[in-house]
Amino acid sequence: MADFGGGADLDTFRKEVREWVEANFPASLKGKPNPMAGEGRAEKPTADQEAWRKAVGEKGWGTPTWPKAYGGGGLSPAEARVIQGEFARAGAYNPIGGMGVMMFGPTLLEYGTEAQKNEHIPPICRGDLQWCQGFSEPGAGSDLAALSTKAEDKGDYFAITGQKVWTSGAQYADWCFCLVRTDPSKKHEGISFVLIDMHQPGVEVRPIVLINGQAPFCETFFTDARAEKKDLVGPLNGGWTIAKRLLQHERSGISGMGGGMMGPSLSDLAKKYVGVDEEGRIDDQDLRNRIIRNAMETKVFQQTAFRVMAESRGNSGPSAATSIMKNAGTWIAQERHELTLEIMGHQGLGWEGEAFDKSELEIVRAWLYGKAFTIFGGSQEVQSNIVSKRILGLPDLTQAK
Amino acid sequence: MAVLTEEQSMLRDSAKSWVQEKSPVTAFRKMRDSGAELGYDVAAWNEMAEMGWAGVIIPEEYGGSNFGYLSLGLVLEELGRTLTASPLIASGLAAASALILGGNDAQKGEWLPKIADGSAVATLAVDEGPHHRPDKVEATVSGGKLTGKKTFVLEGMAANVFVVSAKENGQVELFLVKADDPGVSRQKLSLADSRGAANVEFNGAAAEKLSGGAALLEKVLDRARAGISAEMLGAATQAFETTLDYLKTRVQFGQVIGSFQALQHRAAKMFTELELSRSAVEAALAAIDADSPDVPELASLAKAKMGDTFHLISNEMVQMHGGIGMTDAHDAGFYLKRARAAEAAYGNQAFHRDRYARIQGY
Repeated sequence: MADFGGGADLDTFRKEVREWVEANFPASLKGKPNPMAGEGRAEKPTADQEAWRKAVGEKGWGTPTWPKAYGGGGLSPAEARVIQGEFARAGAYNPIGGMGVMMFGPTLLEYGTEAQKNEHIPPICRGDLQWCQGFSEPGAGSDLAALSTKAEDKGDYFAITGQKVWTSGAQYADWCFCLVRTDPSKKHEGISFVLIDMHQPGVEVRPIVLINGQAPFCETFFTDARAEKKDLVGPLNGGWTIAKRLLQHERSGISGMGGGMMGPSLSDLAKKYVGVDEEGRIDDQDLRNRIIRNAMETKVFQQTAFRVMAESRGNSGPSAATSIMKNAGTWIAQERHELTLEIMGHQGLGWEGEAFDKSELEIVRAWLYGKAFTIFGGSQEVQSNIVSKRILGLPDLTQAK
Repeated sequence: MAVLTEEQSMLRDSAKSWVQEKSPVTAFRKMRDSGAELGYDVAAWNEMAEMGWAGVIIPEEYGGSNFGYLSLGLVLEELGRTLTASPLIASGLAAASALILGGNDAQKGEWLPKIADGSAVATLAVDEGPHHRPDKVEATVSGGKLTGKKTFVLEGMAANVFVVSAKENGQVELFLVKADDPGVSRQKLSLADSRGAANVEFNGAAAEKLSGGAALLEKVLDRARAGISAEMLGAATQAFETTLDYLKTRVQFGQVIGSFQALQHRAAKMFTELELSRSAVEAALAAIDADSPDVPELASLAKAKMGDTFHLISNEMVQMHGGIGMTDAHDAGFYLKRARAAEAAYGNQAFHRDRYARIQGY
C-alpha cells in the first residue's frame, strides 16, 4: 500500500469509495441505523438491507484494516477513515459488525492458526455469521477466572457442560467464543478458549429481561455440547492470555461510548425542555452548571482518546492513559443519561404510550441500560484494581498479622 | 505526554535535570524560611534565564528562542513538580505574550530582550477585587495617565513594568506602566503559598497603550491560563507520585497501606483525573501554537479541569499521609497551598466553567 498521509493517493481512493457508495447504497436505508444493532435484530432483514450487507461484505470494507487474504479490506488506517467518512457522508451504516468484528476477529487474527483464520474470519467479514461471547457465569462475574463450565476431552472433540450468563445476542448467534475449564486443579492456567457452534442440540438459550424491559443478554446452557478439537484457540489451558487480550478489545469498544455521543447536545435539550432566561441561557442555574461539567468532561475525554491515538503512532510508546478510558468514558456516559432524564422532567419518565415521543421513550430505556456500562467488560471496581495494581504498582493485600 | 520534537525533548530533559539537581522542594522551603522579599530565589531565577527559559515564546530578533507555548509548558511542568518559585509565568509567559501580541516595535524592543534575559520582570495587573473578573475594569486612563487599584498582581514586588488593564474612553485597553513611576505604589502580599504577589495602586502613572483592546486582554489571559495549567500539571503529578510512594512504604496493620483497596481505588481515580487533565493542558498549549480559533474554550477547559484535579490530589496528599501530612516539616502542605493560589490565578474553576458554557452558547 502506498503511504497515505492524506495526499493525492488518498483523494483518488476517496473518489473511488464515493462512487462505489453512490452505486451500491440503497436509498431506502439512508440515515437508518444498522438493523443488527439493538432490538432490530429480531426482525427479518429487508432485501435492501441484505443487498447492502452483501455488497460491503464482498469488498471487505466493513472490516477495512483486516488482511485481504481472510476477506478483509487490506487497507491502511487512513483509508479506513476515508471509508468511514464516506459512509457517514452518504448516511450509510456499516452493515458488518457485532462481536465477531469488535472482539473475536481481532483476537483470532492474533492468536488463531492459519486454518482457523481461513475458516472463521471470512464469514465475519461478509456478515454471514454472528458471534456471541461465553465468558461470565453465575459464579464468575468480576472474578472471571473462577469459571467452572467444564470441557471434557472426548478424543476428537470436547464435551462442554455448564452455564454462561450475559451472553449478548446469544439468541441471534451462530457461534460462541467461550472460556471453559480444562484443568480443575488450577485457576487461570486451567482455562481454555474454544469455539462452539450454537446450532446443536446441547445448546439452550434463554433471554434475560433487564431493568429496561429489553433482553439484549441471555443465559446459555451447554449440556454435552460439542466443540471440535480444531476449534481450540491457542494452547490447551492457555485461554486466559487470549481472554485478557479480547477483553482489551471489548473495553476499548465500551469506553468509546463516552466520547462518541450522538443526538442533540444536552444544552439544546435543556433549552427545549427547561427553557431559557433573558440572556438566552438555560433557565436553571444548578442544572446548567452540571450540564457544563458533563460537556467539559466529555471534551476532555475526547482529547484523551485523541492523545492516546497520537502517542501510539508517535514516539512515546504505548500510553498509560489507555488504562483509564473504560472507567472515564462510562462515568461520563452514565452522567449524561442522568442529566438527560432530569432535563426532560416528567417527559423523561415514560415507559410506553403516545404521551411520549420516540426519543423520550428511548432515553428512558437507554438510561437504564447504561447502568450496565460500569458492570460489564470488567466492572469499574475491577478497572480500578487493574489501574492500581498494573499501572501504579500497588501491592496485593496479604493476610493481616 | 504529547508527541514531542527533538528540540522539545531536549528542552524538557534539561529542565528536568536542572530542577532535580538545583531546585528540589528543599530549595523552595529554604526560600520560604529565608523570608525572601520577592517570593523567589533571585540566583535561581538568573540561572533559569541564562538557560533561555524566560525567552521560550519570545521571537529570536528580541533575544528569545521562539519555541512556542507547548515548549514553555514543558519547562513550567518540570518547575511545577518541585514548586520552583520564579517570575516565569508572570513575566516570560503572560506579560511577554502581551508585548508580542500587542506591542509596537519600540515597546517590543525596549522590553522583550530584557524579559528574555531575565534582567527585567514584567507582569499583568488585571484583577481589582477578590475575584478574577477581567471584564469589570474600574481603572481609567486619561491624558496618558493611569489611575486605579489592582489586586493579586503576581510578582508585583519584583516587577519592573506592569501590563495594566484600564478603560480609556470607555474601552478596555492594556497599558504599560513602569514600576518606578512616581505614581505607582505597591503593597506586598504575604500569601499562603509563599510566592510573590502585591496589591498595586496607580495614581496618575504614565501609561503607554498596547494595541488590541479587550480582545488582546483575552488572548493574553488565555496564554497565561494555559501556561499556569502546565505548572499545575507538574505540581499535581509530583504530589501524586509522592503520595503513591508513601502508599507503597508506609506500614500499618502489618502491611503497606497501599495494599488497602479503599486507598487503591482513590489512587486509581487520581491517576485517571491526572491523565485526563494532561490531555486538556497539552491540547490548549498546542492550540495556541497553531493559532487555532478554539483557544478560548480550550484554555478555559484546561484551567478548570487542572484546577479540579490539583485540588483533589493536593487534598488527598494530606489525607493519605495522615498526621505527617499535617506537619510543616512535610511537603504536602506546600502543594495544598500552591493548588489554592494557582486555582485563583487568572480565573478559578467556576469562572472557567461559566466562560466555557458562554462560548458554547449555554
